[in-house]
Parts: sequence; structure tokens; C-alpha cells
Amino acid sequence: MVRIIDRRFDSRNKSAVNRQRFMRRFKNQIREAVADAISGRSIKDLDNGESVSIPAKDLSEPQFHHGRGGIWETVFTGNDQFSSGDLINRPQGGGAGGTGKGKASNEGEGEDDFVFNLSREEFLDVFFDDLALPNLVKTQLARIHEYKSQRAGFTNDGTPANINVVRSLRGALGRRLALASPYQGRLRELQKELEALLETSPPDDPEVLRLKDEIGILRAKIEAIPFIDTFDLRYNNRVKVPKPTTQAVMFCIMDVSGSMDEDKKATAKRFFMLLYLFLTRTYEHIEVVFIRHHTVAKEVNEEDFFHSRESGGTVVSSALEMMKDILHARYLNGAWNVYGAQASDGDNWENDSPHCRELLANAILPFVQYFAYIEITPGEPQNLWREYEKLNGAHPNFAMQHIEGLPDIYPVFRELFKKKLA
Amino acid sequence: MSAKRQKRRHPLPAPGEWTFELIEAYHAEIDRVAREYGLDTYPTQIELITSEQMMDAYSSVGMPVNYHHWSFGKSFLHTEKGYRRGQMGLAYEIVINSNPCIAYLMEENTMTMQALVIAHAAYGHNSFFKGNYLFKQWTNADAIIDYLIFARNYLTECEERYGEEEVELLLDSCHALMNVGVDRYKRPAKLSLSKELTRQRERAEYLQSQVNDLWRTLPAQQVKTQTVEARRFPPEPQENLLYFIEKNAPLLEPWQREVVRIVRKVGQYFFPQRQTQVMNEGWATYWHYTLINTLYDEGLLTDSFMMEFLHSHTNVVYQPAYSEPWYRGLNPYALGFAMWQDIRRICENPTDEDRYWFPDMAGSNWRETFDFAMRNFKDESFIAQFLSPKIMRDFRLFAILDDDKEAKLKVSAIHDEAGYRKVREIMSDNYNLGSREPNLQVWNVDLRGDRSLTLRHQAYLRRPLNGEADEVLKHVARLWGFAVRMEVAHEDGRIELLHECRQDRRRADKD
Repeated sequence: MVRIIDRRFDSRNKSAVNRQRFMRRFKNQIREAVADAISGRSIKDLDNGESVSIPAKDLSEPQFHHGRGGIWETVFTGNDQFSSGDLINRPQGGGAGGTGKGKASNEGEGEDDFVFNLSREEFLDVFFDDLALPNLVKTQLARIHEYKSQRAGFTNDGTPANINVVRSLRGALGRRLALASPYQGRLRELQKELEALLETSPPDDPEVLRLKDEIGILRAKIEAIPFIDTFDLRYNNRVKVPKPTTQAVMFCIMDVSGSMDEDKKATAKRFFMLLYLFLTRTYEHIEVVFIRHHTVAKEVNEEDFFHSRESGGTVVSSALEMMKDILHARYLNGAWNVYGAQASDGDNWENDSPHCRELLANAILPFVQYFAYIEITPGEPQNLWREYEKLNGAHPNFAMQHIEGLPDIYPVFRELFKKKLA
Repeated sequence: MSAKRQKRRHPLPAPGEWTFELIEAYHAEIDRVAREYGLDTYPTQIELITSEQMMDAYSSVGMPVNYHHWSFGKSFLHTEKGYRRGQMGLAYEIVINSNPCIAYLMEENTMTMQALVIAHAAYGHNSFFKGNYLFKQWTNADAIIDYLIFARNYLTECEERYGEEEVELLLDSCHALMNVGVDRYKRPAKLSLSKELTRQRERAEYLQSQVNDLWRTLPAQQVKTQTVEARRFPPEPQENLLYFIEKNAPLLEPWQREVVRIVRKVGQYFFPQRQTQVMNEGWATYWHYTLINTLYDEGLLTDSFMMEFLHSHTNVVYQPAYSEPWYRGLNPYALGFAMWQDIRRICENPTDEDRYWFPDMAGSNWRETFDFAMRNFKDESFIAQFLSPKIMRDFRLFAILDDDKEAKLKVSAIHDEAGYRKVREIMSDNYNLGSREPNLQVWNVDLRGDRSLTLRHQAYLRRPLNGEADEVLKHVARLWGFAVRMEVAHEDGRIELLHECRQDRRRADKD
């Protein structure tokens, strides 16, 4: 007897647990792979998953097997040219013909990297698993800047400007019909009587005259019903719905003075990209303002921001002034969440640093959700760092970090946006 | 009678899409013919699954239940990638050596494929599982599913109690030793869920007490043994590393010993499959071919059904030549199928050559010979016994000698009169797990000293261990808890220390 069982509908995704374990186990490699992938992408290209490759070496499940070497004697098929005792050159690379030595490594995967696809969600989760935008909760719950007026049916009172003509007249018509209906009924009866009477009687019969009178009175009563009444009026109703702010602007400020070499710029670039990526997770629409500076600041496009070369001294405040101006001119209408990110090697003109601090404290920090400063320098913190340190405690939306080289960038990013306990 | 025959003349419908009724109808016919041929099988349980479930089953080494481990996730991703890109078709079927024998059919298969799979898996493999001595001796079809359920629950419990991380590390180490964790010659005890459960706790306590006893060091004794010749432990070299660790590793907790045991049991369960690939696949292929053809001869199958069937069948038994780029060694389906067909030919229509090579077999009853061969051989002995000169000629087999001390490869034998025996001998050795895989033994434990464990690789034909050996050694050290050494015993008698992995994990460190 055979049993046929339909298992197609039970326990799908049995392997999901194993997949999760796999992801957890190789979290570090996956993170690295994702971070690498980002640097190759344009800053706006974030809607795709990523194919991640992990070195086969890390994934291997080692076992005792034979390695190459020693004596192997193996049988093959399809002899087309050999006879016993023939000597053959070793095939190069063990490729074609497969007559290479040893066969212990016939496990499909070979030396290639293990490649698999992360879905977009998984891809982003790798970054944001335990991060949250600072102050984001506040923004969403407390600081709703904008309301949207939205239709919500009709009401009985309101301003004349909102009168809905169709609704009001429809109401009036109904009211008139309703109020007139007893008179109409009576009117029809009387008219029938009158017609019947006129067949037999002359028009000046007193009964006919009486009926005509009564009909006249009824008509007058019907006429007297008002065409439109305040009671009929309907007004369009509108309610205000809070509109979540779903747009953000991100200011990228970078020092391009002579002391910023390519390595430092590359590090800064990663930082900006990561910040951008993070913001896309939260906001529907993001604008990015690139400001680079040496002794003077300039607003540029992305290409120029990262790639054009400049040199010269450093006056950081020029960039902050520019950020302030742009901020006030374009983004202070309450519809924008403002984020600032500044990267520098901290080597500022000595007298300028206190000015920078004042600018930040008075003209910028009060308006931004978050401002992050990273100082990319291999050694001691520079003068800008020392000035900014004074801001650190007083402003919860200000953060600063010191980065030495590329490998530090990711931990620093996590540090900056670490979930803050309420 | 005539009515019945009349009915048989009507072929079974062969639409592209399968239905449950049709599967049942086809199964009934296949079952009838199989019985006529005398195939002895476990009851069959056919399960319809989706391709995703097939990949699930793939990645948990083909078992319907298994414990969780990242490596199964990896294998799932690998399978999925291949499948999505169309680089790889999924196997049409997975069959589980259990009683009842579970055969998975994939939803995507056509009716023809389902019939092929039923004949192949539910009758071919099934009867092999039931009859072959290796499976009878080493596996227990009645209990495997229960045991896997027990194993999964036990590991889940361990994860809850000791943390996923801890269990995962342990499993990693055990998996690394899985292929040196089998008894090759000793018969393992039968598995049974109820016994496992009732005995598991007892065993844990008992084992621990044994181990403690083994490692107990009394100062008085220590002084005495200085003079006495050191007691050798293990008294004889042990081939089953996992078993040795389970019983003797000084620092493992009882639950860890149980996990080692679980991995060992699962590894043991798959051991016969690795030794009977050619026979088993060949047997199943032979029977699907024969059963379906018999049905066709009876007029039960349409021509279109047969065309599709033959198309799949020829793909399965395709054997590329060594020079072709897609050559991946001998195709066990092709070789096995050819050999079983050839055995029948030798029984029914022997030539003079066959009479000379197989005097007992030529002209015998083919069903009896089949039964004998299926029950009593594994790949290595099957080839040594039954590979005929005709097959060697048909496959144009030749042997290459690759000695890394010689500049050139040498053709040591080909499919000619002088070479038949040599080719057969070499080929048999190619399928011998004993020479394919390194021979490793637990050689010594330094009981009185640093408690280090020494493994010895008995080199064979100067074949070295692969580069992963030191990685595996780390896993051994993790399980053992003390230093582990790997020696090579060369064939000229030299002993060479290959790797050493120092480790000193005392209980105190863990707390």
C-alpha cells in the first residue's frame, strides 16, 4: 500500500533558521563586503540588494582529505589515443582533460569565493541593525511642523465660502417635496373633482367656484414654501491632518585644503555615503548640499566635491558661514530635517577656530537635527577639535569623532549614531 | 481474462500535468511489475513537495528533519543560487533510507518524470536499502527519523541551556571530524528513540564517571609509575576519532559528549551511501528503465510518454570522455547502469569471453545473480567482481599513473587483453574509501604528562594530507582540550611531526 502525502503547503522556509544562522555567523564578512560594495556605488544607488562574496577560505568546513602529491592511479573513460606504457605530459593547471593529479579536491566549490545575494532589506539591515537616528523619535512625535488640510465630508455650519451648492440645493429640493406633499395630494383630489363637476355642471356653478377657490389657496400655500432655507445649507468640511516631514537635507562639509590628502578624502567620502544611506532609510526625499572649503567655501556638485583638487590654507568658518546662509535661505521653512556632517583634518587657522565654535553653537546647532564632526588625522587632535570639544556636552545633537584611517570608519559610524537610550 | 487484457491495451493517460489520481494509478502499475520481478521493498511513502522544499531537503543533507546549523544555510544559499540562475537543475527526487521509505517528488515534474522517479526511488533505491548488507548492517531504517527528531530536540534544548554560540562551535568541530568519525569494521548498536531517551541521561553520568576515573591522578601512584613502563593509551590505535573523543576527552561536559555522539551517528548513517554510489544509482537506474519498459511492452504507456522518459534517461546515463570539458569523472549512474545491464546479458546471453571470465555467472538465473550481487557487495568489491571486459571496452577505460616524482604521467593499462585485470584492480581501488581517504588513527595519549593527544596518519603511496589538516587539528584540540599533534608515518618507517596545536583549556578557564 502506498501513502501519497501532499507536503507542498506545510513548513515552507524550513531553511530560514539555517539562513539566519549563516548570516549571523558571517556577519563580519558580510559587513565588510557590504561596505566595500558601497564605495563602488553612486551615493544615490541604494535601492538594490547586493551580491556579497565571502572568501571561500573563511567559509570552509575543513576535513581531513588527501592533498596533492604522492602516487595516484586513476581510471578514466573514453580512451582515444593511448596504449599501455605511453608517457604523457602533465596537463597544465589540471584543467582540460581532468587528468590532473589527485582527485581529493573534487568538491565543486573549489577556490572561488562564495557568492550569494542579499535582498535590499538584508543589505540595509546589515548597516542599521541596531542604529537609530538621533532625535528622530522627537521629530516624529513632538515636532510636527506641517499640517495638511484634507476633505472630511460635509457639515451643517461653516463660512459662506465653503457652501456646497449641489448638496445645499439637493437638500432644499427634498425639503420642498416633503413639506408640499400633503397639499399636493389634496390639490390633485380637488382638481379631479373639479373636472368631474365641469362635465355635468356649468362653469359658474357655486360648487365649481368653491373648488376653484380652495385650489387657489392650496397653490398659494405650496408657493409659500421657501425655495431655500438656512436649514438646507451644507458646507464643505476640511480637517487638518498632521503631515509627517519626510524630507531631509544633508550638508556635507569637507576640507579640501592642502593638508587633506587623497586618503583622508576617501575616508571622508565613506563617511558621507554612510550618512546618506542612513538618511534614505528614514526620509523619502533627501537633498544633499556639498560645501567644500579651503580658505573660501564653495557650493559644488557631487563630482567636484569628491574629485576636484584644490590646495591652500584652511578657514573652516567660511564653510560654516556658507552652510548658515544656505540653511536660512532654503531650508528653514519647517519642512526640512537638517543634518550636518563635517570632515576635516582639524588643521585650521588658529584664530578661526573659536569663531567656528560660535557659529556652530549660535547659528547652526539650534536648527539642525544632528551635526557630526569627524576629524581625520593620524596623530594628536588639532586645534579645531579642541574648540569643538567645548560644544560637546552642551549640545546633545552634536557629535564628534576622531578617525585614523579607513578601517576605523565603520565603527565610528556606529559610534556616532548609536541608539541613544531615552 | 480477455476483458482484463483489453483493459490493459488502453494506455494510461499521459498529460504533462500530474494529478494525485494519476500518480496513484501509475504507482499501482509500477508496483505490480516490480512485484513480478520480485523486488523486495519497504512500504513506500510518496511526498509531493515544492522546489523550495527540495532545496531545503538538499541542504539538510537530504533528511526531512535535522538540527540547525549555519553550514546547512550555506548549502541552501549555494543550491538556491545555482537553481535561480539555471546553472543547475534540482535532482528530480530525494529518497530516504527509512521504513517506510520516503520518496520526495517535486511539484514541477511532469507526469512522466513522476513515474520515472517512483520507479527509480521508491522501487530501485528502496529495494537496495532494504537488501544491501551495508545498509542492513550500518543503518536502521526503522529508527532514523525518530533519531533525527530526538537529535534536533536535544540540540535545541542544549542551545537554550548553553547558548547557540557554544553549540555551534561544538558542532563545527564535530562536523570537521565527521568523516573520521565512523566505524569502518565494527557494527554500531541499533538506534531506537525510546532507548536513546531513557539511556541518554544514564550514559551521560556513567561516561563522566569513567572519564574522571581515567584522569584521576593520585600522588602515590604517580611516584610508582615513574619506574613502571608507562601504560599505553589507547592500548590499540583507534580509527574512530569522534568515538574516541566522546568516550575519552577529559574536559567535555556530558551534554557535549551527547552532541559528539549525535554527529557521529548521523555520519555513520551516511557511511554506506558513500560506499555504494555506483551500485546503488546503477541499480535504481536499471530498475526504472526495466520497469517502465515492461509497462510500455504491456501497452500501458503512450509513445509520447516513452519519448520523454528516454530523453531523461539518456541524460542521466550520459558519460563524457576524459577529453571533454564537462568530464567530471565516471558517472556512477552510467557505470552502474551499464554494469547491471551487462550482468543480465552475461546471465542470459553469455559469450565465450564471458564464460571464461565469469564461469559461475554465465548462463545462471539473472534474478538470482542480481539479488546476490545487490545484497553482498559494495562499489569496491562490486567492480572487482563484476566489471567485465566488455564494459571496459565500451567505456574505453584506461588508467593513468601519476607519480609526483616522475616528470610524466604514465598510461599504466588500457582496455586490452593485457590490461583488463589491471584496469579493474585500479578502478576497484579508486572506489575504496580506505585508500581514497587518509588513514588516520588515534595513536597515543600522554596520560602522565601533558595529556596531549597524538594522531597518526599512515601515509599510503606518499599521499600527503591536504592543507586543511591544521585547521581540522584545531577542532580536534578544541574537543580534546589539550595539545594535539599530528604525525605522519611514512611508508619507509620514518615518523614525522606534521602539525602541533597547543591548547590548555582547564575547567578553571571556563568559569
